[in-house]
Amino acid sequence: MTFLGWLTIFLFVAVVTAVAIPLGSYMAAVYTGERTFLDRLLLGPERLLYRILRVDPSKGQDWKAYAKSLIILSLAGWLLLYFILRTQTLWDFTGLNPMGFHSAPWNVTFNTTSSFLTNTNWQYYGGETTMSYFSQMAGLTVQNFLSAGVGICVAVALVRGIVGRSGKSLGNFWSDLVRTVLWVLLPLSVLIALVLVFQGSIANFSHYLGFNGLTGLSQTIAMGPVASQEAIKLLGTNGGGFFNTNSAHPFENPTGFTNFFEMVVVLAIPAGLVFMYGKMAGKRRQGYAIFATMAVMFLGAACVAYVAEAHGSPAQHAAGLHTGVIAGSTGGNMEGKEQRFGIAGSALFDVVTTVTSCGAVNSAIESFTGIGGAVPFANLSASEVIFGGVGTGLYSILLYVVLAVFLGGLMVGRTPEYLGKKIEAREIKLVVLGLLITPLAALFSTALATASSAGRASISAAATGPQGFSETFYAYLSQANNNGSAFAGYTGFIQPNAGNVGSHGVTFADLLGGFTMIFARYAPILFALAVAGSLAGKRVSPAGLGTMRTDNPTFVVLLIGVIVLVGALTFFPALLLGPIVQGLTGHLY
Amino acid sequence: MKRDLITSAIGVLVLTLLCGILYPLVITGVSQVAFPGNANGQQIKVNGKLVGSKIIGQQFATQVVKHGKPQVDKNGNPVTVPDPRYFQSRPSATVPPYNAAATAFSNLGPNSVATEQAIAANIQAYLALEKPYVPGLSAATVPVDAANSSASGIDPDISIANADIQAHRIAAVRHLPLTQVHQLISTYTHGRGLGFSGEPGVNVLQLNLALDRVTGGH
Repeated sequence: MTFLGWLTIFLFVAVVTAVAIPLGSYMAAVYTGERTFLDRLLLGPERLLYRILRVDPSKGQDWKAYAKSLIILSLAGWLLLYFILRTQTLWDFTGLNPMGFHSAPWNVTFNTTSSFLTNTNWQYYGGETTMSYFSQMAGLTVQNFLSAGVGICVAVALVRGIVGRSGKSLGNFWSDLVRTVLWVLLPLSVLIALVLVFQGSIANFSHYLGFNGLTGLSQTIAMGPVASQEAIKLLGTNGGGFFNTNSAHPFENPTGFTNFFEMVVVLAIPAGLVFMYGKMAGKRRQGYAIFATMAVMFLGAACVAYVAEAHGSPAQHAAGLHTGVIAGSTGGNMEGKEQRFGIAGSALFDVVTTVTSCGAVNSAIESFTGIGGAVPFANLSASEVIFGGVGTGLYSILLYVVLAVFLGGLMVGRTPEYLGKKIEAREIKLVVLGLLITPLAALFSTALATASSAGRASISAAATGPQGFSETFYAYLSQANNNGSAFAGYTGFIQPNAGNVGSHGVTFADLLGGFTMIFARYAPILFALAVAGSLAGKRVSPAGLGTMRTDNPTFVVLLIGVIVLVGALTFFPALLLGPIVQGLTGHLY
Repeated sequence: MKRDLITSAIGVLVLTLLCGILYPLVITGVSQVAFPGNANGQQIKVNGKLVGSKIIGQQFATQVVKHGKPQVDKNGNPVTVPDPRYFQSRPSATVPPYNAAATAFSNLGPNSVATEQAIAANIQAYLALEKPYVPGLSAATVPVDAANSSASGIDPDISIANADIQAHRIAAVRHLPLTQVHQLISTYTHGRGLGFSGEPGVNVLQLNLALDRVTGGH
């Protein structure tokens, strides 16, 4: 460990806070229809889009109508993406398939389509060996925007339900989506993409570069429109890399600076939404309390991961390596890590993208130490509420807040209420269902994949002993939480030759994963919207002396307790069998 | 319902045009004008011939030739030995090493026997190459980046400690004073992002190109 390593972690939290507060105010303005500095540029295109889409943005929708629009749009998005990916060579006339890649098989495409639609971006395919530039742009990049937009819409709708006093309306889905894309996602993506190119990311449509290197060996370098996809991949907490090695690839993440920058971009909207919530509620302290909860849990995770990775792995020590800091090298577990990011930059990136639903990686999570690898496990077990995905993080933690209010109310013997609205049996039922669906999906799928030989076929040959279970468990935990990071040895796509000739998918893993992602994405969304609808119509009663406060440190502690408790109760037995066993022993398997 | 269907169908098409076609075209267009070098991958040319990208690592090895025949393994990839005239990049998990058209992690777990064996093999290869020039070198003093494979498999950098050890071999093989090699190393060492983010690294391709400029290449 080094001083600069620790500095990076703490400075990062400070920078994220500094970025998220103004972004939160800006987004509050966007969703309440206040003026913003981009209005002059965007009001015209907005009106035009409404006319093309034939929607009336002023028409409020109750939770069922809002959910229906969202589901139908998602369905249309799924069909279009599946079509584009399966007909890859049909689009060769655009010149955007210079390497002549064929489509991936149907089962892999089913998984990929479901994955990008649900903001998971789990990837069984390798980008540079499977996807044409056209598929990356018109297919995957679009879903990066759309899935992020849908997540934000649900969060905004839930906030309106909690703070609203206007009856049943949660706002208009189409208007929320259009404003999200135009005011938030597109302008920020343009900015971010250009910063990345300025630092060394690439943006072209060239044929892959082939040449002989210095010693005469031939090398081929994959090219492509990387920067545009990279920007929204991070901003929308999507995480699906243009290349197979994701943000470890120098063209996706070229320098130590971009590594820091990319991490800030990942957390910007999830953290900003928390402050947006405080502002929209007219009670900024409510936002601060949630932010504090997230920041404490985040820092805890980052510190554990850094210490564990700096310590090195049992395999390194068994091979005789010294993993301490020496002059000119910071040591640590450098298996699957890039020199320019180092231990701290890799451990922190890993935490940033697993607390959120981003799932981008700049290092191989499978090669993390037992405890270092248990950190992303724990982050996923907390159901993506530590900042979480764009939108999903806020709506999930608000469900936890309601649960904490309910438990707190029981403890002090008062009728639980949140921001003046009574929490009753109906809300609690919906909240608990919404929170338990994801863990149940993860555990059920893991059990199925572990117990069946069809599932075990996906485990990599080198993953012996508990590593094989960790791989499997992580795969379904990540897909259920719509995260998308992976213990990447777990495979659903065999590629014998580059150019995917003669390749085939692993149907079991592809389908189980695909269904897990869709189920664990849309079921909680429906429950969150139902909670919103249920709360929207409630009368607000003034806070009295006996009202439990939800904006002080006591509540923060209570909230952390509830999150940890739910996560631990559901996942601890499974975690023990995999990463914790590995972390507690120096034994090699 | 019907309304939602129509709006959704139009919606995904409009979004595809806006976010999937227009947006990448604008970014690529602007980048090609504003940062053409970066946008095209920072290509390095020697005498007009492309030899690599500044930020993509390479394998500095030569193909083994037996009985006048270049040797290949069962997958058709060249069998190679490290070229002692060059600084060596980190171990790579791609097939063949430093394959920038199919990047891959090693995915070796922290407690796996396979990992220990891979690391031990990397240490042996490193010692075989460097120990003749650095007699005190042992497994315990091999820098971790030289024994562990990188994430991308095409890491352009090695640690300064790693470069300093290899400097002894380079100086001996190329008949250069050690101080001059060290000078070249520091020229091609990049610092941390903003002074704190990440770790310094030595860009191996640029360093090797500079060596060739000083003493001549192949």
